[in-house]
Amino acid sequence: MNIDHSAKFIPRPTAETQHYWDGCAEGELRFQLCLSCGHRQLYPRLICTQCMGRELGWQAASGSGEIVSFSIVRRAVSSAYAPELPYVVALIKLTEGPTLMSNVVDCDVASVVVGQAVELLFESWTEDISVPKFRPVD
Amino acid sequence: MTGLRGKVAIVGAADTELGSVPHMSATQLCVDAALRAMADAGIEKKDIDGLITCNSMAQPYMYHAEAIAEYMQIFPRYCMSAGAGGGTTFSVLHHAASAIATGMADTILISMADSLRSGLSRDQAMAMQSSSGHAQFETPYGATVPAYYGLIAQAHMAQYGTRPEHFAEIAVACRHHASLNPGAQMREPITVDDVLNSRMIADPLHLLDCSLVSDGGAAIIMTRAERAGDFPHQPVYLLGAGEGYGHEHISQAHSLTTSAAVDSGRRAYEMAGLGPADMDFAQLYDCFTPTVLIELEDLGFCAKGEGGDFVQSGAIKLGGSIPVNTHGGLLSHCHPGNPGSMFALTEAVTQLRHGAGARQVAAAEVALLHAQGGIMSSHSSLILGRDRQ
Repeated sequence: MNIDHSAKFIPRPTAETQHYWDGCAEGELRFQLCLSCGHRQLYPRLICTQCMGRELGWQAASGSGEIVSFSIVRRAVSSAYAPELPYVVALIKLTEGPTLMSNVVDCDVASVVVGQAVELLFESWTEDISVPKFRPVD
Repeated sequence: MTGLRGKVAIVGAADTELGSVPHMSATQLCVDAALRAMADAGIEKKDIDGLITCNSMAQPYMYHAEAIAEYMQIFPRYCMSAGAGGGTTFSVLHHAASAIATGMADTILISMADSLRSGLSRDQAMAMQSSSGHAQFETPYGATVPAYYGLIAQAHMAQYGTRPEHFAEIAVACRHHASLNPGAQMREPITVDDVLNSRMIADPLHLLDCSLVSDGGAAIIMTRAERAGDFPHQPVYLLGAGEGYGHEHISQAHSLTTSAAVDSGRRAYEMAGLGPADMDFAQLYDCFTPTVLIELEDLGFCAKGEGGDFVQSGAIKLGGSIPVNTHGGLLSHCHPGNPGSMFALTEAVTQLRHGAGARQVAAAEVALLHAQGGIMSSHSSLILGRDRQ
């Protein structure tokens, strides 16, 4: 299906998230790694949420994770999302630890379950913005 | 630590017309609620020196309370617009109580209203509500507010074996109470099957698991406890108040199945020197059925994970051990958005005055009220009672 993403809520990077979105555009999901205590986190911040340290690096996720929870949207948030109904909104816990919201795609929505193993893919929305999505691992 | 316990009383309370009220703007509804509460308390505007409102989505002002003061030609010494989100509706009560207890104000009018049904198109309402998600890390994925709560419900099902029939019981109980309430928007009784057969909105939540979209407003008058006897009605005293915060955006929640209601409830109970077993009824935030189930657990009415069995037991219906949302709640009485919990407050006052007629909780003395905002993000718990001690 050829989807028109142009009217969706397109992420607008800020100073602290630019590196994250640059990664997505290059096919890499980056999370922050605290250089003081080793904590891994999303979303990107000025500080480590565990030790309040300000020295943070980045690491590329392997792309594997599992579904923490999900909901199947039957009534789209706006007309831009309607062509993909029904679609799955989920919380995905990456193997490396951080959790993020995304969609579970390329599957029968009725087959999605909590705990399911998923793998990362990217959808290109604009020249600058690609958005991370996940699909079930067979 | 007693803090604010017994320092202030609610001496006036009233609701506007509600449901579909296209002939009144959101501003008019806010002012109308204020006038009705003032009449209920037997006071005039000269007796009011403090004002609290919340902003309207249908008719916003940059500085809402200030605009309402101007509209009414009130010149308060204390004036505040509460932040957005259902939870702040109750947190303003302890802000108002502190102002009165410290002498920054004496008699405070709290009035909130909105026109979500008549004042906004469906698309505008959806867009406004989904803007509570994180602009970069949530809203791009097309989540709706029901979907955010669907995540919570699904997690509770996976962790504790809770089923859609359990959530449905909450909708049934609220509708039963609404059927006894002439002011409620939806009064036709429903069954668990009716809920499960209603249109799926965001799995596992059906249409009847979701709150109404309404027009309406409500207001209260709060003053020093010492002078509460000077007013026409039985005073209702603030005995406990507490807030709790765990996250703002659901994708950052440390737990999907236990909320900061644990903290807000504990703080309110501590201030009041009371516990769950002392409550005669509970008004619990019911934007969606799963929030009530989790609040029952987190506020100590049943054990964590046992909310499903508890709501199936009949405990939350009138006549049960802890009737919930005796007016019908956001699910069946009225939900105009941010002001929604004001109706739980005016209903609690009516109940504690023993004026609730067919839906009166027998010998009601003490009640717990809970509101949450965001996505089970910010929590406020209140304890109200007939007795100041």
